Amino acid sequence: MAESTQKQKPKRGGEGEGAGSGEGTQKMAKKGAELKEEMDALVDEIDEVLEENAEEFVKNYVQRGGE
Amino acid sequence: MAIPKVMGTEIEYGITVRNDRDFDPIASCVLLVNAYREEHTSRILWDYDQENPLADARGFQVDGEKYTPNQQENIARNKTLVNGARYYVDHAHPEYSCPEVTNVRDLVLHEKAGERVVEMSRVEASALLPPGAQILLYKNNSDRKGNSYGSHENYLMDRRTSFKQIVEHLMSFLVTRQVYTGAGKVGSENRAHPCEYQLTQRADFFETEVALDTMVKRPIINTRDEPHADREKYRRLHVIVGDSNMSEYTIYLRNGATALALSMIEDGAIRKDLALRDPVRAIKEISHDSTCRREVQLENGKKLTAVQIQREFLELALQYTSSRPVDPMTRDVLAKWQYVIERLERDPMELHREIDWVIKKSMIESFMARKGLDWESPQVQMLDLQYHDLRPDKGIYYVLERQGRVERIVTDDEIARAVTEPPEDTRAYFRGQCLKRYPGEVFGVNWDSISFGIGDEPIKRILMGEPLKGSKAHVEELLEGSPTAADLVKNLRA
Repeated sequence: MAESTQKQKPKRGGEGEGAGSGEGTQKMAKKGAELKEEMDALVDEIDEVLEENAEEFVKNYVQRGGE
Repeated sequence: MAIPKVMGTEIEYGITVRNDRDFDPIASCVLLVNAYREEHTSRILWDYDQENPLADARGFQVDGEKYTPNQQENIARNKTLVNGARYYVDHAHPEYSCPEVTNVRDLVLHEKAGERVVEMSRVEASALLPPGAQILLYKNNSDRKGNSYGSHENYLMDRRTSFKQIVEHLMSFLVTRQVYTGAGKVGSENRAHPCEYQLTQRADFFETEVALDTMVKRPIINTRDEPHADREKYRRLHVIVGDSNMSEYTIYLRNGATALALSMIEDGAIRKDLALRDPVRAIKEISHDSTCRREVQLENGKKLTAVQIQREFLELALQYTSSRPVDPMTRDVLAKWQYVIERLERDPMELHREIDWVIKKSMIESFMARKGLDWESPQVQMLDLQYHDLRPDKGIYYVLERQGRVERIVTDDEIARAVTEPPEDTRAYFRGQCLKRYPGEVFGVNWDSISFGIGDEPIKRILMGEPLKGSKAHVEELLEGSPTAADLVKNLRA
């Protein structure tokens, strides 16, 4: 895990890259934050509708074979 | 030249009743089907005289008792709807068979209209239960305890194409198409190898290659030879290996690509050897690998992934369609098939807006990451089930749809219209219109017949052996010139 973080570091605004890439990083970070916010909103909504007592509910869901 | 691929689907829904100790699935199904009321059509029989589920496509008749219920039971278990569909009780499940359609867009529309019909009946029926009790329905195929119920596709085929030809080429197509048709499932069952998540609901249940059964020892290719049409000219290929899909895009591609493969078989256009050494084993191996990288063994000794095999079928389809006139929708199916295969080759998770098993997996993984859950946790199993819940406010697929997180093919308004309007270009139009215009005189219905009971006269049965006859273009004038059922019967004789 630590290794892969180190490997990625140079890509994120390492030496020799212009000011443009700093903006790029900001944009990426912004996009990442937006994405996270969006996923959080989804998880919140699902959390709200998810059946309570999931364990019992799933256990009691028994069907007869069909077709 | 391949014949037009008239199609339809039959979906069995999972059913349970909350807060009811005496829950009886069959009684609940009867309640459900009868709770969906269309004016005047509640006394119409399903015409079992025309049915023969024991005829085998390999050319023989299987011993067994044909099911024919008495009149009262018949009416209680069967409803034919004004949109040309059949809503009925099949064993211990409510089942919706959509009307015959000629194209995949209409198929999506009518399969989705089925979800609405079944949900409407659920609301009506739940109101008749004791306080606190509530019927819940799931458009899925397994209870994750070893019990499965079906999702069947039907395709009209030319009788001249032998069943052997169909089996020879279709087997590897059906076994590998699950990479884009699977509805996704947490875990495995029915003595299959353990896994965290798999592509399909159904793969664990297939135990043999070709057979007539659908309930025990399920076959990948079902041999039921019941064309519901002129049997000299047609067969109805009964595909039982699929999942019940929620995603419109998945339904569209599932039927579109399969119809293309079948046309190619009719035209002898599959000249490549893609036969699998052990299809029953391969179907499970493919389903259990959500990276889509696992290779399966071909009869000729080669090893390919399911995506590579589907790429071969796609290339054959592109070649096949390049030399003949192709309608815009078939072009669109090809474009979507290509789009999906490219993404499966790169990273299947890119299809989180299009393909059911990816939509579900991506949703569950977001939830697990945030909540610190694993694949074994009850909430994750609940998410799997609730993805298929038919309640608009509770069904997780519908939540994703409302949030604009999945690709759509049709609009809500179009679906609402398909609840009461039959397709216009098949015999379903005639069936639906007869129910709308002469509800009191329609005595019995089957896919290929409709019979009238007018006054004290003997029952008159009109046969509809041609699925494409009885369309609006074909019968509108006749219907307009027949204010009563007696006029219709007289005009048909003239």
